[in-house]
Amino acid sequence: MDPRRTARTVSGPKVRQVGFFTPAPPERSISDPPRFQDPIQPPSPSPTQVNDHSPSGNSLSPVMIPPAHHHSDNFLRTALQVTSPTKAFSYSAKTVTIPPENEDVASSFSPGRKVFSAKSPSSFPGVKASSVPASELTTVSVVNLPPGISEKAGGASVEVQNDRPVSAKTLKEKTSKAERRALQEAQRAAKAAAKAEGTKASSAASKVVTSANTKPSKAAKSSSQKNDGSQVAASEKKGGDRAPEKDRKKDAPHPRMQYDDKSRVEKAKKRAVVKQTEARNRVELFRHLPQYEHGTQLPDLETKFFELDPMHPAVYKVGLQYLSGDIRGGNARCIAMFQAFKEAIKDYSTPPEKTLIRDLAARISSYVSFLIECRPLSISMGNAIKFLKNRIAKLPLALSESEAKSTLMLDIDRFINEKIILSEKVIVKHAVTKIQDGDVLLTYGASSVVEMILLHAHELGKHFHVVVVDSRPKLEGQLLLRRLVRKGLSCTHTHVNAVSCIMQDVTRVFLGASSVLSNGTVYSRVGTACVAMVAHAFRVPVLVCCEAYKFHERVQLDSICFNELGNPDAISKVQGREEINYLDGLVNQENLQLLNLIYDATPSDYVSMIITDYGMIPPTSVPVIVREYRRDHLWS
Amino acid sequence: MDFQVVVLAGGNSKSLTPLVSKDVPKPLLPVANHPVLYYVLHQLEESNLKDLIVVVEGEDAGLLVGAWISGTFVDRLHVEIAAVPEDIGTAGALRAISHYLTAKDILVVSGDLVSDVSPGAVAATHRRHDAVVTATLCCVPISGSSESGSSGGKDKTKKPGRYNIIGLDPRKQFLLHIATEIEKDTRLQKHLLHAVGQMEIRSDLMDAHMYAFKRSVLQEVLDRKDTFQSLKQDVVPYLVRSQLKSEAVLSGIRQAEEDGNEKVSFPNNQVMVSQILSNASTPSFHELYSMDADGSAQTRKTHKCCAYIASSSSYCVRLNSIQAFMDINRDVTGEADHLLSDNVIGPSPKLGTKTTVGPHCMLGEGSEMGDKCQVKRSVIGRHCRIGSHVKVVNSVVMNHVTIGDGCIIQGSVICSNVQLLERVVLKDCQVGAGFVVTAGSEYKGESLARKEK
Repeated sequence: MDPRRTARTVSGPKVRQVGFFTPAPPERSISDPPRFQDPIQPPSPSPTQVNDHSPSGNSLSPVMIPPAHHHSDNFLRTALQVTSPTKAFSYSAKTVTIPPENEDVASSFSPGRKVFSAKSPSSFPGVKASSVPASELTTVSVVNLPPGISEKAGGASVEVQNDRPVSAKTLKEKTSKAERRALQEAQRAAKAAAKAEGTKASSAASKVVTSANTKPSKAAKSSSQKNDGSQVAASEKKGGDRAPEKDRKKDAPHPRMQYDDKSRVEKAKKRAVVKQTEARNRVELFRHLPQYEHGTQLPDLETKFFELDPMHPAVYKVGLQYLSGDIRGGNARCIAMFQAFKEAIKDYSTPPEKTLIRDLAARISSYVSFLIECRPLSISMGNAIKFLKNRIAKLPLALSESEAKSTLMLDIDRFINEKIILSEKVIVKHAVTKIQDGDVLLTYGASSVVEMILLHAHELGKHFHVVVVDSRPKLEGQLLLRRLVRKGLSCTHTHVNAVSCIMQDVTRVFLGASSVLSNGTVYSRVGTACVAMVAHAFRVPVLVCCEAYKFHERVQLDSICFNELGNPDAISKVQGREEINYLDGLVNQENLQLLNLIYDATPSDYVSMIITDYGMIPPTSVPVIVREYRRDHLWS
Repeated sequence: MDFQVVVLAGGNSKSLTPLVSKDVPKPLLPVANHPVLYYVLHQLEESNLKDLIVVVEGEDAGLLVGAWISGTFVDRLHVEIAAVPEDIGTAGALRAISHYLTAKDILVVSGDLVSDVSPGAVAATHRRHDAVVTATLCCVPISGSSESGSSGGKDKTKKPGRYNIIGLDPRKQFLLHIATEIEKDTRLQKHLLHAVGQMEIRSDLMDAHMYAFKRSVLQEVLDRKDTFQSLKQDVVPYLVRSQLKSEAVLSGIRQAEEDGNEKVSFPNNQVMVSQILSNASTPSFHELYSMDADGSAQTRKTHKCCAYIASSSSYCVRLNSIQAFMDINRDVTGEADHLLSDNVIGPSPKLGTKTTVGPHCMLGEGSEMGDKCQVKRSVIGRHCRIGSHVKVVNSVVMNHVTIGDGCIIQGSVICSNVQLLERVVLKDCQVGAGFVVTAGSEYKGESLARKEK
């Protein structure tokens, strides 16, 4: 436990701990590990072995924060890498079904990755053998590079991003000269290998091929001249495929725009499709987030229905549904978006004198920016879009249009099926083992995964009670409740105000998440943090269910710098109760500010376990998932 | 956007006699010196809808309308004209052109609609809810409120019972009931009320005759119910009535469509996908109702009928009576002048000395007026000759009209090529095309037309 604590103080000064940091008394931290074991373990002597790993997870925790000594970090990294697969297997040995499925996902989804990993040692066996830390570093840099590039390209949002890639940056700065040299060497080697591979004309690795063919000498020269630091990024930039980079350039500023920066907002407005009147009274702390006069967007967008020629009808429809709140929830939004993109790709035909890859990528970008105007993207959608763009960029040039289209559509289908549906099934299988007869489960809001878990456990004949905690103004929990009750589950419904009273009886808390960030912070519907904290105080284990595609490498310490603002009217008015109108006429008053936050961040301290498609992991192991998953993305 | 637009530019012209004749079919009836069809087409053009099908009743009218459109909108719109036999009703007209309809959704606009309600908004609402039909509703004409300033002759032409009885759900999104006339009893469906829980019955809304239909369903209904004559009176009420017990055939189609989408090799997962999607969205009462039967199984087929309620500030009137004609003329030159893109006063009208033309007037090109005339709140067409000491108030004078000296015209409509000799006094009259009013005659509230030979 100790290393985690020190690490936390290192990474975030006290000032940053804005949100839900109750200064934990020391005896809590001592009693923490037993608590962690206790509730999950004791009812079932059947060993699921969470606690076996929790100590290891704890000791691994410094991974996300750069410690002073680099070597130890490296060691930890390797250790982590080694442990993570073994852990997965140790789980899988118990729960039987995972290993094939995990294998399935990995293998079916990332053929390219396999090819790569197979070929790099074969063509260049020396690199890995000679300098272990160097080769270890290359993987790190590859994983971390894309955000680095997008950051540079974005440019706009430096101050926000500062706290995100802390680990990567400080890591780079602290590498010694020898290591840097080694790193360069390794990269050059990899490039040369790619080039050699390229002469053999394997069309699959076309990106690497082009990069190696066009700029090898230049990159080599410049890299020999300067010391790396930015150089790694630069050479990668030059060599890398241009199209996705440009997209990122176009793409990056959007979600991270600082809305208190007037000039930028003006510029963004000019190219906006949806008319956005900004609300006047915004809470000071949240000025950097977009907040629009609600109710002005929808009618305006509607009247433009026929004027948005480039917009595909399916995309338009999804945008409307986002805007009007007809579709919500990370998974549903992501699926809806992808299905719309699929339609759009189906109807797409390359205009003359343009290449499919570039034009389609640009087209998708324009769709995405339209969707962002309708509602800011969720992190899961961001990841999904990244995936799709990656696939587009990596389409072999030789492919005919129809083939390329069908490939992409298949990719989309596979993403939906494997990353969302299948992983939900896996999560359900994991999570159901945590439900015993006589349990009282508490859930908050309406998470699709949690719902499936509950239903599945019910189908298995387990006897348990469900507490659905809900909150205004969305009251999504009621929909969940409706479906659960209809299936015959015994339920209790309450609002989040009463969560402290009901928590006494609860044995487990199941929560959904919009995203899990790499410091273990759970980014989820507002109120989740409150529920998790209450559960923590009552020593009730908090299990967060989240698909791996929603993980993000960002580090977030509070729920302020990234969030979404909802319609302030929703909290000032109570639907269906006209007599509650005390705020009528006050809404535009200067000294009244309404804040309707959509998300909040739950610090990892309050999360006992994250259930994801790679298994059940402590929140400290999130970076592993992020890295592994990233690799899937990059090399598949 | 996968929408097809059909403009129904026919309609019974009985209520508009004697203004409408063989030479001037209803779509070409000039309103503020533009044929009424112009307003619809202009509105559609503004919305970037350039592919239109215009359905006209009768071959002759078709030729006339076609000639006018090709003259006016050449290079601006791509219009196809379909001439259908007379008196087959709006539904019949759609039936006649049914095989031209291919897009996913059809926007049907009445050709006599003068409004600034955006067709896009209707279409967007339609799409958002994936509705079978979306009807545009607007507040009962502005003339009702702005009555005070205008002629007193309109109250009597306004018949009671012209209003629609419209039932809406509490969120004002769905259409639950629509009836054209007030009968003694209005029958509401119990199961519909039960499903919705609460229905708002309004009589202050008017059906603007701008509908968005799902094509497959529309064609289905037209095919199977061949007695249906009118969209407004038959088709839309039928769809609204049956929204909770969608006929087997309708749902069959939809099932087939869904199956078409599910051809991917993961049928089981597809079910989960759709379930996630449906769970994530706010269920309308349709979904709740269809699930009511037993758990999740969607045993009852439903479809959605949406309503788009135009904001009260928008202008929306149908030209279906002489009174409406007068109102529209007044409004278009007055408060709703944004409907017209071009100039209100034509170039170079020749005015005599001491002739005053008040506000809210429109003078056509090449018209001449004598001395000491007074024109107030009136529209005067092209190439009219108006003598001296003529008073025109609240009236519409169409093209090529000759008005003798000393005439007084109030609240009247004077069609093209009419000759008014000296000292004619007309009050609340309609004078048909080519009529000659003898000198010194006085008429009040009459309709004058040339006898058909």
